[in-house]
Amino acid sequence: MGIHTVGARSEGDVILGYDSFRPSTFVDAFRFMYDNPSLMWTKIVEHLAISGEAMGIALLIAIPLGIWLGHLHRGSFLAINLANIGRALPSLAVIAIGLGVFGIGTTNVVFALVILAFPLMLTNAYVGVDGVDPDAIEAARGMGMRPHQIVLKIELPLALPLIFAGIKTAAVYVVATATLGGVVGGGGLGDIIVNQASYFLKGVIAASIRLGSRFNICGSMSTKTGTALS
Amino acid sequence: MIFTSAASAPPPVIPNYGGPQGGAHGCIAQNGTFCWDWVKGHWGDILQPRLLEHLEMTAIAVGIGFAIAFLAALLAHRKHWFEGPFGAFSAFLYTIPSLALFQLLVPFTGLTMLTIEIGLVGYTLLILFRNILAGLHGVPEDVLEAARGMGLTRRQVLFRVELPLAFPAISAGVRIAVVTTISLATVAAYITPLGLGQPIFNGLQTDFTTEFVATGALAVALALAADTALVALQWAFTPWVRARRAT
Repeated sequence: MGIHTVGARSEGDVILGYDSFRPSTFVDAFRFMYDNPSLMWTKIVEHLAISGEAMGIALLIAIPLGIWLGHLHRGSFLAINLANIGRALPSLAVIAIGLGVFGIGTTNVVFALVILAFPLMLTNAYVGVDGVDPDAIEAARGMGMRPHQIVLKIELPLALPLIFAGIKTAAVYVVATATLGGVVGGGGLGDIIVNQASYFLKGVIAASIRLGSRFNICGSMSTKTGTALS
Repeated sequence: MIFTSAASAPPPVIPNYGGPQGGAHGCIAQNGTFCWDWVKGHWGDILQPRLLEHLEMTAIAVGIGFAIAFLAALLAHRKHWFEGPFGAFSAFLYTIPSLALFQLLVPFTGLTMLTIEIGLVGYTLLILFRNILAGLHGVPEDVLEAARGMGLTRRQVLFRVELPLAFPAISAGVRIAVVTTISLATVAAYITPLGLGQPIFNGLQTDFTTEFVATGALAVALALAADTALVALQWAFTPWVRARRAT
């Protein structure tokens, strides 16, 4: 490989420090969690901070835009195809490009996560509002409602289940993908998962279990909010 | 930043990356965000081989994943009790973080292509199984009734009626599986230096910006190209869907 091996990983480096795997490794993983509560806690908080920031930014842009386009019944090509493109983009590649643009830190991870979450939310918000029964809107107009009242009192409540389904999917994807932040020093649970040399397989498993429980919490949180609001 | 004199120029960041095009004062020596010279100079020895490896990894993973998911979906279609366990199994595989799964497999299968393929196949199962099964379940009962009334055997019904009608759903599943696998295969290079992830991780280790920016752009382009190609294939193979929309 010649030139290409400059600075490349060598044998015995961080990545190749694998320890053996025994059934007891799973027990060790739980012990690891309870032996290192502050480490786990710090990483979980970092992870949720990065995911939360990305979700917040994506929410603020995607949901109003989706509702507005759905209200006008315009831009279906944009709203639907954007979701397919968003799903196709490899997040690691987006993080790599972002790293070149924004430099090391959490910004490029948040940027990649916003790109991931945005189309999922936009499409669902659009489809939800676009698909509201025209009779309901007709009736509201007949009752003398103004356009903004129709959006807030008719279309938004009826579209909420779909909007929250989009938010839930996006939340699960974002929390899962935020792990890649560990690769570029973005923090979060990925820091433990990519650093097997320091934390060993038990640490990797412990962080993965914690990550799995984040999925459940994020998923059920958005479902509950959705059902409470609608 | 443009350095005018040799005295003010810093030493090249990574001399080996300079090559004949860049020189000590070129973009590469200054470690610019994106140097076209590097892409041109290393297309043959870095980018193109990794791109082909990436395609190979994706094709193998989706091929094997499709074979398993297809058989499982056919079985679940005939015997309904099978749907629950296999669905739960593939959903469980899907929730394991990719970075962790590849590491957990290494003690068993080593730093090999096999480790990557097991992981990638595992992630395709849920997508393909659900889509194939949804396609088969979506065939209207009347159509099946008519086919049976015409005297078609069970096998003929499957190949001449059910599978063609399920094709749009199945190809939609393949499309999602392919783009997901292309994305996950970049992460797989964390374990074994294969595919487009390798120059990305390598670039991250060396701080040579162009390597990971260019490879990242190439991976994005590959994913979009694959997605577009599959849409085109789906369009070409389902003339009846177009005919129905036109009327």
